[in-house]
Amino acid sequence: MTKELKIFGINGPLVSIKGQTDLKMGEMVYVGEEKLVGEVIRLTKEMATIQVFEETSGLKPGETVHPTGATLSVTLAPGIVKNIFDGIERPLAEIAKKSGTYIDRGFSMESLDTKKKWPTKICVKPGDYVTGGTILAEVPETPAITHKVMVPPGLEGTVETAVSDGEYTINDTIVTVMRRDDSVVNLTMTQKWPIRVSRPCAKRYPASRPLVTGQRILDTLFPIAKGGTAAIPGGFGTGKTMTQHAIAKWSDADLIVYIGCGERGNEMTEVLEDFSKLIDPKSGRPMMDRTVLIANTSNMPVAAREASIYTGLTLAEYYRDMGYHVAIMADSTSRWAEALRELSGRLEEMPAEEGFPAYLASRLSGFYERAGMVENLNGTEGSVTIIGAVSPQGGDFSEPVTQNTKRFVRCFWGLDKGLAYARHFPAIHWLTSYSEYLPDLASWYADHVGSDFIDDRNQLVAILNQESSLMEIVKLIGNDVLPDDQKLTLEIARVIRLGFLQQNAFHPQDTSVPLEKQKKMMETILYLYQKAKALVAMGMPMSVLKEDPIFDRVISIKYDVENDRLDKFDDYKKAIDRFYDDVIARNA
Amino acid sequence: MAIEYLGLSSVNGPFVVLEGVRGAAYDEIVEIVAEGREKKLGRIVEINNDKAVVQVFEGTENLSLHNTHTRLTGHPMEIGLTKDLLGRTFNGIGEPIDNLGDVAAEKYADVNGKPLNPVTREYPRNYIRTGISAIDGLTTLIRGQKLPIFSGNGLPHDQLAAQIVRQASLGENSDEQFAIVFAAMGVKYDVAEYFRHTFAESGVFDHVVMFLNLANDPVVERLITPKVALTVAEYLAFEKHMHILVILTDMTSFAEAMREVSSSKGEIPSRKGYPGYLYSELATIYERAGIVEGVEGSVTQIPILTMPNDDITHPIPDLTGYITEGQIVLDRSLNGQGVYPPINVLPSLSRLMKDGIGEGYTRADHQAVANQLFSSYAKVGDARALASVIGEDELSALDKKYLEFGKAFENTFVGQGEEENRTILQTLEVGWKLLRMLPREELDRIDTKILDQYYDAVGDETQA
Repeated sequence: MTKELKIFGINGPLVSIKGQTDLKMGEMVYVGEEKLVGEVIRLTKEMATIQVFEETSGLKPGETVHPTGATLSVTLAPGIVKNIFDGIERPLAEIAKKSGTYIDRGFSMESLDTKKKWPTKICVKPGDYVTGGTILAEVPETPAITHKVMVPPGLEGTVETAVSDGEYTINDTIVTVMRRDDSVVNLTMTQKWPIRVSRPCAKRYPASRPLVTGQRILDTLFPIAKGGTAAIPGGFGTGKTMTQHAIAKWSDADLIVYIGCGERGNEMTEVLEDFSKLIDPKSGRPMMDRTVLIANTSNMPVAAREASIYTGLTLAEYYRDMGYHVAIMADSTSRWAEALRELSGRLEEMPAEEGFPAYLASRLSGFYERAGMVENLNGTEGSVTIIGAVSPQGGDFSEPVTQNTKRFVRCFWGLDKGLAYARHFPAIHWLTSYSEYLPDLASWYADHVGSDFIDDRNQLVAILNQESSLMEIVKLIGNDVLPDDQKLTLEIARVIRLGFLQQNAFHPQDTSVPLEKQKKMMETILYLYQKAKALVAMGMPMSVLKEDPIFDRVISIKYDVENDRLDKFDDYKKAIDRFYDDVIARNA
Repeated sequence: MAIEYLGLSSVNGPFVVLEGVRGAAYDEIVEIVAEGREKKLGRIVEINNDKAVVQVFEGTENLSLHNTHTRLTGHPMEIGLTKDLLGRTFNGIGEPIDNLGDVAAEKYADVNGKPLNPVTREYPRNYIRTGISAIDGLTTLIRGQKLPIFSGNGLPHDQLAAQIVRQASLGENSDEQFAIVFAAMGVKYDVAEYFRHTFAESGVFDHVVMFLNLANDPVVERLITPKVALTVAEYLAFEKHMHILVILTDMTSFAEAMREVSSSKGEIPSRKGYPGYLYSELATIYERAGIVEGVEGSVTQIPILTMPNDDITHPIPDLTGYITEGQIVLDRSLNGQGVYPPINVLPSLSRLMKDGIGEGYTRADHQAVANQLFSSYAKVGDARALASVIGEDELSALDKKYLEFGKAFENTFVGQGEEENRTILQTLEVGWKLLRMLPREELDRIDTKILDQYYDAVGDETQA
């Protein structure tokens, strides 16, 4: 028995213990009489420093610190999906039952319901040889997600006994395994996993399939792969959260882990309310059935904010191991970086750029590298896609968090203040954004959507780029002096911006658009461009072309053609042909 | 009788260090008595074993290393709560300064509050009519929202806040109880007086709790002022079931005070000298707005901050914008043109608006009209930029229309009288009148059906 540990000093969320201790780096401890959860973050011969995940007011020097011997871990078992946790996986709904409206301190409570009996289907029988990742049992966690209970990584052996199918709690032993050294291990549905360590996989695959989001500017212009990484930077009010909500709602991931890291309480409530009401078109069930929420709002303790990102990531990896495609929405990684800065400042570490610690870049890379499309230990395929919002100070993308994030993500969806002010949503700017996944995904698009999809996409981007350089001239001398073909480019770019890039999240048809419709829309716009170009080449002035309402009709395709009525596109093609003939007939 | 400690081991700016203390808790409040008469309050901000660093609210003047008696109170900063706080005026740490004597408290509460559990929050949906078109129409204020006014020195933010208070609190729904909690941090005497005067004149003073920390009051004190005010607001809202409008002015002084205190504590600065925890600290204030599920009552915040040098990217407005649910931005050039209120609608935003307007709340076309006004007014900017290069005469007919629209928008939609209280229907009608100045095909944000109903319906507005 080692000597009792006593608090020596307190400074904000940091607590110090004098003297040499047996504490380990990263060990979870309980601090003080109220047993506040903390983590060891620095050890010297003279002092151990602990960051406390809860409010420290009222702590006194001399109160005891209880070591647990284990690193900060999360509990992995059925009951995670549809739940809302704080930054260290404590269930907020349970906390509300105990402490009411406000969050009190010092709740040592189970992360998951240990009383609930889950209907369990056992998948192994005595004599089977199992290794880490082998699926032991299946539990219908929600109608959308079947939870697969697996052998923890690192364990292998022969199944000695297995219970029969039935109802079990997460702490009941369901399988016993005899290891090679003849020791017997009792396995329950529960695993513990340290949050800062990534869960192992057999192999990583290159990006090959897109995460289809139903958002035109993302799917068509800047797609992200399953297992990919993306950053959404933007000043306040540019729609980071809205974009993340849209992806969380409409993407074709099996499971969404939504991490509200240092953001608004009302936003988490909105997600909770919205996702419980919205119906997932794939499963016909509420979105909440495939969502896990991690909420550390901006007024909750800062140390837990730092941990919340890792908690969410570990939960995501666990479901990936079952063979699911998981997408993580981290809103916002800047708050996480600021939590690092705040703690680093209190530790009196040497600051680097803008007061951020020098290890900011390595922490960011460590986070984003945990994404990926993998072959799991049990042979299934799963992925973790990370989409991180970045809140740059002053909307300035040159600040350290945005710049370092840019180094580690392959998709960059830059939000633009000017677009947001003009209420052009999503305010993702087509000139600053990019996706490195485009070449990786080209063959998928060719096989699944159409062989000319990428060509068409490139044409759109080219037109938008031409528009931007033409606008430089227009800003100086007005657009009356431009030749007609350039006026046409501007007009088509307008059609693309309003009719294609702008997407109305509140319109029932426009909120999410299938890839087929995206492609048809793109084709229609380009067909119009081609026909109008021919007319201009014949010497028809733009003023004549614009007399026809066809341009505005094409713009409102997004509202007028229902997502399941793609046959209507033929009418548009005919209308464009008619427009072509009309103009010639009237002006020939 | 609690132990009294004699003397201090150091005094440095607003901090004093006390040695040999036993049983002191982090964040505990201590009472320091200098020379047997002057009583000051302080808060323990750091402890190392028996050495406590205390931040003194009323300033450390007159304290010497020997002339003080310090007593630990055993609790964090608390304020006495009762409904009788209404109509009273207090200093920045909640001591009465209106000569009406002490308040008989019903209960005491920790001013730091506790984070509201997101699970027990209710998503705010009821809009508050302010009677100001630019706010009601384009950046609708919702009950339970935190919507700051970003202003600059010399702009009429006080008048605007006062108008909101006047017109919102005296709404028709008199069965619901409204009250105002007003917290002034480092504001000028005249400003505090202006608000007091306005409250008295509009007959709401018995529904106001005022906390005044004026510009010459101790700096440390104003760090606690908004917390005291919000504790009172939460009590009145969630325990006495009133609808509370909290006005916090000026958040810039609050942040400046943090920087001052942080640097005298020797902390590592992050941006522009502000401490790294500025975001967390602002968040603990702003996040104390909201509605609790199943409880009548709400806390709505209107913080006012002056942007240093009118710079919206300065850390204070910047971090505020990331926490609050939108912002109302005042503009110097509009003010120069005599537009009141000089709200620059383009950077202004209300995040909660989308769920609190439209069918069943205001009118079905509200969101569409707002989107279109934003989008068309953004184009006005382009037309003006072009006009300044090539001259107005050279503009195309359409661009000229936009210029006209822009002028009219600023004068008749944004601009209105300080006493003018418009209904939401009046606001929308002004909006439609402006949109009719533009050709119909330019209105690309409005559904065809709504356009059919309203765009051509000239003369129908009288019915509304």
